Amino acid sequence: MSFSEEQINRYSRHILLPEVGGKGQKKIAQAKVFVVGAGGLGSPVALYLAAAGVGTIGLIDSDVVDRSNLQRQVLHHTPDVGRSKVQSAKDKIFLLNPDVTVETYEDRFTASNAMDYIAPYDVVIDGVDTFPAKFLINDACYFAGKPLIHGGILRFEGRVFSIVPKQSACYRCIFQHPPPPGLVPSCQEAGIIGVVAGIIGTIQATEALKLILGIGDPLTDRILDFDARKTAFREIKTKRNPRCPLCGDHPDITELFEHEQEACQLQTPGALGVS
Amino acid sequence: MQITINGKPEELQADTIMDVLKHKDVDPHMVAVELNTQIVERHQLETTNVREGDKVEFLFYMGGGA
Repeated sequence: MSFSEEQINRYSRHILLPEVGGKGQKKIAQAKVFVVGAGGLGSPVALYLAAAGVGTIGLIDSDVVDRSNLQRQVLHHTPDVGRSKVQSAKDKIFLLNPDVTVETYEDRFTASNAMDYIAPYDVVIDGVDTFPAKFLINDACYFAGKPLIHGGILRFEGRVFSIVPKQSACYRCIFQHPPPPGLVPSCQEAGIIGVVAGIIGTIQATEALKLILGIGDPLTDRILDFDARKTAFREIKTKRNPRCPLCGDHPDITELFEHEQEACQLQTPGALGVS
Repeated sequence: MQITINGKPEELQADTIMDVLKHKDVDPHMVAVELNTQIVERHQLETTNVREGDKVEFLFYMGGGA
């Protein structure tokens, strides 16, 4: 493939970088990234990857835009309230960069469709807001051998780390199973400062681009936690857990399944900000 | 004794990881625990000893994204 003059102009600031250049920009143009969730994390991820010229962005989300989403889900604008999130996302991505092919799936990501959905893609992004979905994405990427950029946000905090299956620690190496139902609140219950979604999502997009380009040190085997109240990052080094129920030496999990959806109630707020 | 908890050195009396969790008022079900970069299984929190100079990390679950 070769770039038009318009494209060379559009991507000129990338092409100037010795680590990217025309060759790297071609890798970006050929890359396929699957974003699970077109919400708080999915918005900055999809927008920055689109701006960067990622060739194909797949988006899955079964929701419609709610007014309470607009405080952080920057893909969606006020007139989009009530519209399908993936359709709203596709429109914005097209306006930003018509070079990008956007595949939209107005569907839930489940144990029965996960493998089919991620199969054509090179990198998967976690932009979901429930533990069962986060564990499902982790497991599906492990079985499919797809790199995953995990993200999580709550209140003033966020977390990001990258997983290269069979090479680096997976989500289950750290958190073997979801927390007991009702113990850990969701953003819907506990709130989220909108910009934290932007900070964590843009780091996820950065890590996806680094994997596509094969440059730098990936965020594998280290978890990056961010606290907006202190404007502080904390890096926690980790490694593969030989007792991991998924990728350990004697795994119990040998096929995809979904954990029970947590109950939508909050038993014990607090304790989260210990440091 | 002194151990490092979430990157900060702290002075406390503790024999096991569970003692450290209690000292910090942390529900063991809400965290993954690392001792010197190694994950400690939840059922071993009460039998895993901490020593002077150890590094303990509590990773709280963070499930949001949308």
